[in-house]
Amino acid sequence: MPKDDGIGAATVRREDVRFLTGAGQYTDDIKAYGETAAVFARSTVANGIIKSIDTTAAAAMPGVLAIFTGEDFVEVGGNPAGWLINSRDGTPMHEPKRPVLAHGKVRHVGDAYAAVIAETVEQAKNAAEAIEADIEELEAIVNMKDALAGSNFVHDEIGTNQCFDWGWIEDNREATDAAIKGAHHVTTLELVNNRLVPNAMEPRSSRAEYRAANDEYVLHTTSQNPHLTRLLISAFVLGIPENKLTVIAPDVGGGFGSKIYHYGEEALVLAAAKKLGRPVTWTADRSEAFLTDAHGRDHVTKIELALDEDGNFLAFRTETLANVGAYLSNFATATPTFLHGTLMAGNYTVPNVYVNVKAVFTNTAPVDAYRGAGRPEATYSLERVIDKAAREIGRDPIELRRQNFIKADQYPFASAAGLEYDSGNYDALMDQMEKVADVAGFAERRKASEAKGLLRGFGVNAYIEACGIAPSNLVGVLGSRVGLYDAATVRVNATGNLSVMVGAHSHGQGHETAFPQVVAEMLGIDAAAIDIVHGDTSKIPFGMGTYGSRSLAVCGSAVVRATEKVINKAKKIAAHMLEVSDGDIEFNDGQFSVAGTDKSVSFGDVALKAYIPHEFPLEDIEPGLEETAFYDPANFTYPSGAYCCEVELDPETGKVTVESMTAVDDFGNVINPMIVTGQVHGGLGQGIGQALLENTTYDENGQLLSASYMDYAMPRADDVPFYTVDHSQGNACTHNPLGVKGCGEAGAIGSPPTVVNAVIDAMQSGGKNVTHIDMPVTPHRVWSAMQNA
Amino acid sequence: MYTFDIERPATIAEAVNALGGETMPLSGGQTLIPTLKARLASPDKLVSLAGVSEMQGISLDGGILTIGGTTVHADVATNGSYPALSQLAANIGDPAVRNRGTIGGSIANNDPAACYPAAALASGATIVTNTREIAADDYFLGMFDTALEEGEIVTAVKFPIPEKANYQKFVQPASRFALVGVFVAKTSDGVRVAVTGASNEGVHRWNAAEDALAADFSAAALEGLTVSSDDMISDLHGSPEYRAHLVKVMTARAVSAAS
Ligand SMILES: Cc1cc2nc3c(=O)[nH]c(=O)nc-3n(C[C@H](O)[C@H](O)[C@H](O)COP(=O)(O)OP(=O)(O)OC[C@H]3O[C@@H](n4cnc5c(N)ncnc54)[C@H](O)[C@@H]3O)c2cc1C
Repeated sequence: MPKDDGIGAATVRREDVRFLTGAGQYTDDIKAYGETAAVFARSTVANGIIKSIDTTAAAAMPGVLAIFTGEDFVEVGGNPAGWLINSRDGTPMHEPKRPVLAHGKVRHVGDAYAAVIAETVEQAKNAAEAIEADIEELEAIVNMKDALAGSNFVHDEIGTNQCFDWGWIEDNREATDAAIKGAHHVTTLELVNNRLVPNAMEPRSSRAEYRAANDEYVLHTTSQNPHLTRLLISAFVLGIPENKLTVIAPDVGGGFGSKIYHYGEEALVLAAAKKLGRPVTWTADRSEAFLTDAHGRDHVTKIELALDEDGNFLAFRTETLANVGAYLSNFATATPTFLHGTLMAGNYTVPNVYVNVKAVFTNTAPVDAYRGAGRPEATYSLERVIDKAAREIGRDPIELRRQNFIKADQYPFASAAGLEYDSGNYDALMDQMEKVADVAGFAERRKASEAKGLLRGFGVNAYIEACGIAPSNLVGVLGSRVGLYDAATVRVNATGNLSVMVGAHSHGQGHETAFPQVVAEMLGIDAAAIDIVHGDTSKIPFGMGTYGSRSLAVCGSAVVRATEKVINKAKKIAAHMLEVSDGDIEFNDGQFSVAGTDKSVSFGDVALKAYIPHEFPLEDIEPGLEETAFYDPANFTYPSGAYCCEVELDPETGKVTVESMTAVDDFGNVINPMIVTGQVHGGLGQGIGQALLENTTYDENGQLLSASYMDYAMPRADDVPFYTVDHSQGNACTHNPLGVKGCGEAGAIGSPPTVVNAVIDAMQSGGKNVTHIDMPVTPHRVWSAMQNA
Repeated sequence: MYTFDIERPATIAEAVNALGGETMPLSGGQTLIPTLKARLASPDKLVSLAGVSEMQGISLDGGILTIGGTTVHADVATNGSYPALSQLAANIGDPAVRNRGTIGGSIANNDPAACYPAAALASGATIVTNTREIAADDYFLGMFDTALEEGEIVTAVKFPIPEKANYQKFVQPASRFALVGVFVAKTSDGVRVAVTGASNEGVHRWNAAEDALAADFSAAALEGLTVSSDDMISDLHGSPEYRAHLVKVMTARAVSAAS
């Protein structure tokens, strides 16, 4: 040890063979006799009254088998919100019903009001076009400020467009106000955290089968958490008993949050499959993905930072409007609140933090958690206002941050925003970043850029985030309606290989490689003998799935616990085989041996014995070798990082290019450094996309202008530099058995402010006093800002 | 897509015969197929030009480069006889687009942000069709509008190779078509400057710049000029003023880079 495929090894991802050779099995690949296709009729207006829907002509078209409208689902439940938020005055948030198909009103472009099932997709599309819907268009509610001021409501029955008005921590409000009032200096910044379209490579897809013989349903669907999806469908929407519904998320081509949630299309194909007795598949086309996947971010924020005369941070005060879109998606209310407000102390010893968030309904697609979910919004606000403050008071941005950092000897640290950070060392991260990024050489590089007629900017950022979501006890107090443990079953087969059934779902994260590394290390056996089973509720224990950088920290910990149970039982079997007592058995490198002797049996021998229990002490030990563990963490994990980047800016065109990007992260212990590096790369690309390119824009009528790749710019390989990624400065998480912290979202959290800070620095170096620019920092915006400065 | 029939003629004459009524010519399909998939067009029949051998290939004769209508961008990119044109073709779309998309399809479509129309107009090219030859100045009539008659197809484009030329494309960040593209060509007769991507009128010439550059072929000659933003496109990616500004910047860069 370390073995070349145990903990710490950069093992190549075994699942990539299947993905890269086109052998993956995605929902839309699953076919059986009698397949049918579902297509949805979707609203082309953002807000409208459904006067009538005439399906007569459509129903008579070739191949049409059934047509559903909102009328068919009036009796069933709505898709619920998973997190209850109470307003500052104690009243609960507004939760308007989100039906399977729109009924009465359509509330955003893309809102489905009917569905056609036909023999082929093209026939279903033809029929969907032939549905005659009389929809009276109403004025659209798009802008959040207008939505709060007006008397035109997305949901008439609640009589307001405000979902809630939340304060965190309400008891800190007065102290924060007072600190700002009396401060030596206050820096104020108004900013927009731009709305993003998730753009998973595989669009959403759902396929249902109904087996009348046993009154059973099987739903294949693009989900990050099949058990949660089943629970929502069973308990809230269709009422199918959980033991009659199997939900399978097979290979899933990316999620980034958008596939956490239950969507109406899943309920529709289930209902249709039962009605027709045939399999029904719906697969979104890219336009539907743009219009109907839950979007991310979309905050409008004012943040203030108060400092004393020495540059010590005294208070952060934030007011945010958070767009939740037309309906509450499952975690839409948690994202702008507990995943955002609780992070508003950042990496700093600041004593006062107060956050106010008003969530607003608009006639736009629902908004929910998207890679980082709330933490990118928090980090962006904090790290932008700190940068602005440094410039205003004439301090170096790195030094000002260091002065206010929580120090290495202050852990555990209770932040002013209500979290207890378990471990970290932000100065060490910053030291390493300054070193590997050669920050000292920036002045020379700036000169070289200027010689080419380009401006060069340096941007820095420090982040802390809370992930490995999350302790059920804590989130329960905070309003979560679900628990956030995870689960694993380790099944040792008679011939000594293992199947490990996990509640986490891998849709790009590499669990099939990383999880076996943990088990292999613990059992001292070859990782190739261990397979991960995930994504099928009929095979895996009830875990909560993958999001919030939780898979390894939470589900991986359950795997550790279950493997420990296996080892304990195996020791008993070995003791019996070696005719000694349990306490005399030592387990090392896959061998059970008797201390101080040369007597031993291998792990394989014990496995076989467990299943061929001849001469077995049945009164003490059950046959078999299979254990399950549920793990609920004691706290979030708190990865942190120091990031910097350098940009070049062409002052004639406003075009910005990211020339370098350095990410130094503390992820605690690292199981597979190659996978961790890949996760950071992906996150950095997404962050650069948000910072420079991704521009989700609705016009005043609620039409999505950026509804295809012709207008929505995704980051491409040549939009990003070669990254410098470093995770040498890990401080183990103190409360999970692996000592790991989540790494999946860090890159997307840390990079946007880094890029924008660098762009501001570049403009300032060109003599333009631009103090803020909103994302995406497009050439047009940069040029306009420089014209006006 | 709606269902349609497809015909695969082998000669220009057969192709023209097959066209008419609710038919459309299909060349590389890089524009037409996405349009069909989005159900924005519903022809009864597509007439594929891919098998028409008379429309393929590139030839150089007496300083005129003749490019067959179904020649793909990738072939123009590697040809090299007219370096500015090859460089333009090398920067259209991605490898898939360049290996399927054709010059005839591009010139016929006349997308206001496409690249080839700028090259054709600035070079003083001649558009060859099954019935006639049309000077570029008479061919491009505005956004998606050309002098082509119903059933008329572009069989080739003839480019006189200039003394010096260059194309500068400032990409729209999402589509990577031209947000503003400027093609500058200098011949013994003078200078021609064609602008794409910028205007509601589609590809057009910038006459003031042409006059200034005819007198002095240098970026400095443009300094006193201004570009009106009156007819410029306004969208998510740029205001009319920004596009007008970019026209001048890209023209200056093209002049400096021309070879
Ligand atoms: C991702 C992507 C990026 C692109 N980027 C760029 C870019 O940067 N710059 C750029 O200039 N273009 C770009 N394009 C467009 C590309 O160059 C297309 O190939 C071109 O516009 C159309 O050529 P085609 O051969 O594919 O034509 P098709 O799609 O086959 O046809 C286009 C239209 O022209 C008609 N037509 C085709 N051939 C003829 C003919 N010979 N005579 C008369 N009518 C005809 C068709 O009926 C149809 O209406 C891009 C396309 C894509 C998909």
